[in-house]
Amino acid sequence: MALVYEEAKAKIIEFCNSKAKSKSKFYFNDFTALFPEEKGRDVKKILTQMINEEVLVFWSSGSTSMYGLAGAGKHADGED
Amino acid sequence: MAKHKTPLLDQLESGPWPSFVSDIKQEVEHRYANPKGIDYQIPAECPDDLLGILELSYVEGETHWKHGGIVGVFGYGGGVIGRYCDQPEKYPGVAHFHTVRLNQPSGMFYKTDFLRQLCDIWELRGSGLTNMHGATGDIVLLGTSTPQLEEIFWEVTHNMNNDLGGSGSNLRTPACCLGESRCEYACYDSQELCYNLTNEYQDELHRPAFPYKFKFKFDGCSLCCVASIARSDMSFIGTWRDEIRVDQKVVAAYVGGELAPNAGAYAGRDWGKFDIQKEVVDLCPSGCIRYEGGKLEINNKECVRCMHCICVMPRALKIGNDRGLSILVGAKAPILDGPQMGSLTIPFIKAEGDFSEIKEFVEATWDWWMEEGKNRERIGETLKRLGFSRLLEVTGTKADPRHVKEPRHNPYIFWKEEEVEGGWQREISDYRSRHQK
Repeated sequence: MALVYEEAKAKIIEFCNSKAKSKSKFYFNDFTALFPEEKGRDVKKILTQMINEEVLVFWSSGSTSMYGLAGAGKHADGED
Repeated sequence: MAKHKTPLLDQLESGPWPSFVSDIKQEVEHRYANPKGIDYQIPAECPDDLLGILELSYVEGETHWKHGGIVGVFGYGGGVIGRYCDQPEKYPGVAHFHTVRLNQPSGMFYKTDFLRQLCDIWELRGSGLTNMHGATGDIVLLGTSTPQLEEIFWEVTHNMNNDLGGSGSNLRTPACCLGESRCEYACYDSQELCYNLTNEYQDELHRPAFPYKFKFKFDGCSLCCVASIARSDMSFIGTWRDEIRVDQKVVAAYVGGELAPNAGAYAGRDWGKFDIQKEVVDLCPSGCIRYEGGKLEINNKECVRCMHCICVMPRALKIGNDRGLSILVGAKAPILDGPQMGSLTIPFIKAEGDFSEIKEFVEATWDWWMEEGKNRERIGETLKRLGFSRLLEVTGTKADPRHVKEPRHNPYIFWKEEEVEGGWQREISDYRSRHQK
């Protein structure tokens, strides 16, 4: 079943908020687990659109990348 | 005049080798002197404070860099690595010290004009310090502040027609040897394949969706100048499947001393007369060469493409005509698990046209790793955990004796019931008719 953007977006935001007490950044696989019937690349399209809308932001250590809700968690000065 | 005393770093300059400390000090002096009157967009003291904080780390035995960040350019999840120091009041010049990676040109061919433009941008908007090139092969621009990132990106992409490189859980900037542009050993156009796949997989380079980093490297032949076999998750190594071309007259010229072996590379000392038996035949790892009666013979079926004979007598022996490449999967350095070399997966594939066959293999491999790979697990680790036969299955690759790395060790290819006539069921009485209890 094809993903409907607004529904998927709401589910992703709800998931991030539900974990907000313990986590502010998530691996890509955390999101594919939310949509077990869907292909990883389709989930990626949703995440990319959310990045482009500035709902989500990328976080990178340099070697590993994660996704988080914009403004969530602690960031260095000038990052928000 | 430098702000910080750096006795420990100064000591590093005393060795016989070129020192990065001396390079940074040179930039410190240059930025303070500012002979071109540049309106530096990040503090002029940046390289000076870099030396200061490094000296502090040497004294204390602790790093003062914090881990990562959300900085980047809009829409890109790679290419910029956020770096902040935890002593910004004491070292304001490196409060932000982000790294920018740029995609290097295939084979690292540059025009001086390009390098000047790059240096001008980096002098204005960064620390002036670069790393040509990083371990993966990118152009690495060391140290800038967050407000400069979009400016740098705009100028590099619009004025220089160059893109960012890869970082994080992305496809990393692909790297290749100089291939057919300069090298007669190239078995395929490594620059073209590198460029083609870089363009094809832009989304994977810039928007992370992999469990961890993934590197492509392209070697035109098995001399492996790029060391793809050890340094890339997917390694493309040129090879041929027909015969090494032998010109017996030129072999005789090498034996007779008319031509210098190894293209004259060992001409600086008296190594004695060229001895084809000792220097070529006896060194063949699969023992497939014979030199008798003035004739060199190669049993090509046993050749393992080490190319030693070709390197010793390049004018007499040449790579075959039916050329393509081998694909190996899973090399990595020791981060989470130990280091490993790539495993030969596709023994031979043609590198032609739009490379569609190669892309099919790449995408099937990625789909599997994205599905099965654990977070921060390189594909080589997934391969070890789930077995090489799984990779063969998901990529539709037929098992081949060449896949066996070493016999009687970790036999990873198992028969399945449907592949065995009659399955696992058998008539025990029939068996007992031939075998006593």
